[in-house]
Amino acid sequence: MLIIDRATYDGIVAHAKRDHPDEACGIVAGPEGSDRPERLQEMVNAAGSPTFYEFDSTELLALYKELWAREEEPVVVYHSHTATEAYPSRTDIGLANEPGAHYVLVSTREHGNKDGSVEFRSYRIVDGQVTEEEVTVVDALPPAPTSQGEPDGR
Amino acid sequence: MAVEVRIPTILRTYTGDQKSVEANGASLSALIDDLESNHPGIKERLVEAKDGSVDLRRFVNVYVNDEDVRFLGGLDAPVTDGDQVVVLPAVAGG
Repeated sequence: MLIIDRATYDGIVAHAKRDHPDEACGIVAGPEGSDRPERLQEMVNAAGSPTFYEFDSTELLALYKELWAREEEPVVVYHSHTATEAYPSRTDIGLANEPGAHYVLVSTREHGNKDGSVEFRSYRIVDGQVTEEEVTVVDALPPAPTSQGEPDGR
Repeated sequence: MAVEVRIPTILRTYTGDQKSVEANGASLSALIDDLESNHPGIKERLVEAKDGSVDLRRFVNVYVNDEDVRFLGGLDAPVTDGDQVVVLPAVAGG
């Protein structure tokens, strides 16, 4: 299950609407191993296309270097479909390289740039297998567990 | 001295879960061959045969000292001891 806060959810939807009819893409970063999508990072779709998205290679490196420095990982990888349903395409599945991430698909096919609801769905994509999961939108993520004084087992 | 190669999550099955490994080689292609000798299987994930020659896979990005190797000669890109090499799969789809 993906648990995401309302502001981040709305941010992804707004990005998808703004970039329609091109596909929008980005990630939500969170502390490694936490499964907490905390920090929305919109990315430029270097393909600038209604049927394809790709992070710019230079921006991709900058993004990952920042993640590593902050000990974060991409908890969510999102992109939009602008004419089809919010389900991973064959290309999406073939290129899914973050087995630990929630792959979020948003479809703007119904209302485009205008107000109105969008499909917002989440998947795990591991070894070419797609598993849809429930999305729960909360007002705020629960407080992060504090990790002071971890016993070291000695 | 050697070259430090940063390995993405998806390829850590080949490196025993190590985030980075050391390798040697004067060019990216030699470096990948050296990686392959210590981590069998990894080369196939990085390069592919195309039109009779071998090239980096389209959706794999490799950087030498923060520069995309596609701007440095691809597999011929020179590599020197102490360089930092990063492998990152493209984040892309349709």
